[in-house]
Amino acid sequence: MKSGRGGFTSRLKLKRIQEAISSGKRLDGRGLEDYRDIKVKTGVIEKADGSSEVFIGDTRVIAGIEISYGPPFEDTPGEGILICNAEIVPLASPDIEPGPPDEVSIELARVVDRGLRSAGIVDFSKMEIIPKKTVYVINVDLFVLNHAGNLIDASTLAAVAALRSTIKPIFEVRNGEVVPSGRKEPLEIRSTPISVTFSKIGGALIVDPTSEEEDAMETRLTITLDEKGNVCAIQKSGPEALTLEEVRKAISIAASKAPEIRSKITGGI
Amino acid sequence: MSSDEEWRRVDGRRWNELREIRIESGVLPNADGSAYIEMGRNKIIVGVYGPREMHPKHLARPHTGILRCRYHMAPFSTEPRRSPAPSRRDMEITMVMRYALEPAIFLERYPRSTIDVYAEVLQADGGTRCASITAAAVALADAGIPLKDLVAACSAGKYEGRIVLDLNDHEDKYGEADLPLAYMPNLGSITLLQMDGLLSPEELERCINLAIEGCKKIYEVQREALKRKYEVKKEAEGN
Repeated sequence: MKSGRGGFTSRLKLKRIQEAISSGKRLDGRGLEDYRDIKVKTGVIEKADGSSEVFIGDTRVIAGIEISYGPPFEDTPGEGILICNAEIVPLASPDIEPGPPDEVSIELARVVDRGLRSAGIVDFSKMEIIPKKTVYVINVDLFVLNHAGNLIDASTLAAVAALRSTIKPIFEVRNGEVVPSGRKEPLEIRSTPISVTFSKIGGALIVDPTSEEEDAMETRLTITLDEKGNVCAIQKSGPEALTLEEVRKAISIAASKAPEIRSKITGGI
Repeated sequence: MSSDEEWRRVDGRRWNELREIRIESGVLPNADGSAYIEMGRNKIIVGVYGPREMHPKHLARPHTGILRCRYHMAPFSTEPRRSPAPSRRDMEITMVMRYALEPAIFLERYPRSTIDVYAEVLQADGGTRCASITAAAVALADAGIPLKDLVAACSAGKYEGRIVLDLNDHEDKYGEADLPLAYMPNLGSITLLQMDGLLSPEELERCINLAIEGCKKIYEVQREALKRKYEVKKEAEGN
């Protein structure tokens, strides 16, 4: 059953992937709970207020942050706004076509967004400029440049790294109008959520699936944790079910994996 | 903090209590199967069409049927009114709803065909994705589509520091965490699992177990709804 990027991995290859995993190995030689190499760079787009580029193996994602201001949401008048947007652009894979965002990129943005928001990555209550009228708006734009699987983890990592590198322009009120003050300060980051994504293939759970593994997977499960070990987002996505035991196992693997991945952006476990 | 047993929620429920659920099957004359659910103040109607020939034809798959879902909220379902255009949220729920129902259906029996499930939220009060899935499972059964099991869904979460079952809109908005879950009780299969908010691993475990218990209770209501329809038919035939 296919549920990955809708790719055209041959049935023979899918079978080889499944056979390898049932013997505890993967086609690229990794163990079931091993990530590919992770590289994180920040400050890759000078015009953005914050930016990063993340590689997980061949998967490549750029995140750009822009901080502006605008009216708050009706249901949270005293709080700032964070908007996540994700685009899987056509050059990222032969299987992606230009067009409006499909459910895969919408889900990607929403799962990343939930992780950031639930972890309280910024203090939303300290983002007012004019009380109840104007607040800071943080735009997180995720751009997938090469889709080689596990977009959620790469995008969460990119978003967090970019936010941590963000220098916030300070807006002030002059004659009742919001204007840039010309001053800047580092954006205050309160937590560092990390997502760990699993694919279930042939009944086994693997972390950090490649796109071919995603084509072969039965279902996918993402677990996002903050640095205190609290779980801040979960997303099961894929056409088959999970047992309670599988969910428990994934939660415990995620808890042990997250610090190792976090160290790629914080520089220490 | 009062003990969990004494404590009552904003709507008077205990921590482990579901809202009142009413499910009725076979409510839409034109659909092959349908169901209407009221779960607290949620009001949702689901129609199932199919298995039927796939249109457009290029989407048909020669070796399997396809399940298509649409989760949609009526403009008047929330206060303030919402735009009738599908939102990003609607698109995500549409997708997870399909993934929640798909494990119950023998899709490989329906090559070149589609089964279309349409959920319309008429009034929303928290937990609409779960109530939609619960009603959709009944509607699929009502359409005579063989199922591996009924899919029941409800949420658990954290509100005012306590783990609670089946969050209403207020608890969802102002609570600390929300975990929607769908479950096939006879197979022990979790088909929907999402979470947002903040939970320790222990709280998470409690939430998952509580949501599963909730699903088991909802499953009984689903069965009753299906039985009732056939009892009514039997009586009618008897006369």
